[in-house]
Amino acid sequence: MSSVVDRVRKIVVEQLGVKEEEVTLEASFVDDLGADSLDTVELVMALEEEFETEIPDEDAEKITTVQQAIDYINAHQA
Amino acid sequence: MLKGEIALVTGASRGIGRAIAMALAEQGATVAGTATTEAGAQGFEKALSDAGYQGAGLVLNVGEPASIDAAMSQVTERLGAPSILVNNAGITRDNLLMRMKDDEWDAVINTNLSSVFRLSKACLRSMSKARKGRIINIASVVGAMGNAGQANYAAAKAGMMGFTKSLAREVGSRSITVNCVAPGFIDTDMTRELPEAQRDALLSTIPLARFGQPEEIASAVVFLASPGGAYITGETIHVNGGMHMA
Repeated sequence: MSSVVDRVRKIVVEQLGVKEEEVTLEASFVDDLGADSLDTVELVMALEEEFETEIPDEDAEKITTVQQAIDYINAHQA
Repeated sequence: MLKGEIALVTGASRGIGRAIAMALAEQGATVAGTATTEAGAQGFEKALSDAGYQGAGLVLNVGEPASIDAAMSQVTERLGAPSILVNNAGITRDNLLMRMKDDEWDAVINTNLSSVFRLSKACLRSMSKARKGRIINIASVVGAMGNAGQANYAAAKAGMMGFTKSLAREVGSRSITVNCVAPGFIDTDMTRELPEAQRDALLSTIPLARFGQPEEIASAVVFLASPGGAYITGETIHVNGGMHMA
């Protein structure tokens, strides 16, 4: 099974239609990867699906970079 | 015109919904039509195949979230994810407000309005991914004009129009359009229940001096679903013989 980092990056590539090399750990979804508000919502939903978890809105708002997404998943995975 | 599209039409067993479903199928769309009963769903599926069209009949109670989940997975499995959603299913529980019971209010709001929220939400993700989609909500002239004895129905239909405008703004960037078609008085089972005197009184307020036919609503829906309707969103198209000019 691939690592959380790989899985998160794969989702970001798919959802935002960006190149894999653009998805650095520090990349911000909105500022660096060109996501709009709808993209960020869909991204969170895709993460929820992939990792079978529920991300409350107040937490979702704080996930703005690739690293933050990875950290969140690592902290909340069973 | 609609080849390759998958349309989901609620309340397709009769009346306006049936006409819409058949018209979309005639244009080449694969159509899933829903009915509240197994007999209704089978009847729709038979009508579709008798006419040589593609699609399926499904049982769906739009007022129940669990039923929506079940129907959505059936549609997706059998036909694919809908690219056209027509929220048509609706009920009336007419009463003067002073006599209106909570359950008459709740039933109409749940079936006619909350269902639009739930079904639109259920269809949006795949439309968003596909970067295209059409959501067409069947409102009513009553939502724009009001009608004594229909405060619940008018509220649901007016709510639908506000919902439509908001969602149109949310998903426009994905090339998904969201519109209403607002029928006036159409010759269906729903309006045949009206007392004779009320029908006559209504006719005198309609410049075209007749009730509409379900097919005349369906043609507006087909237009919005077609490539020709791509630049219209958040709009309500009134089809009412001139009884209300917005």
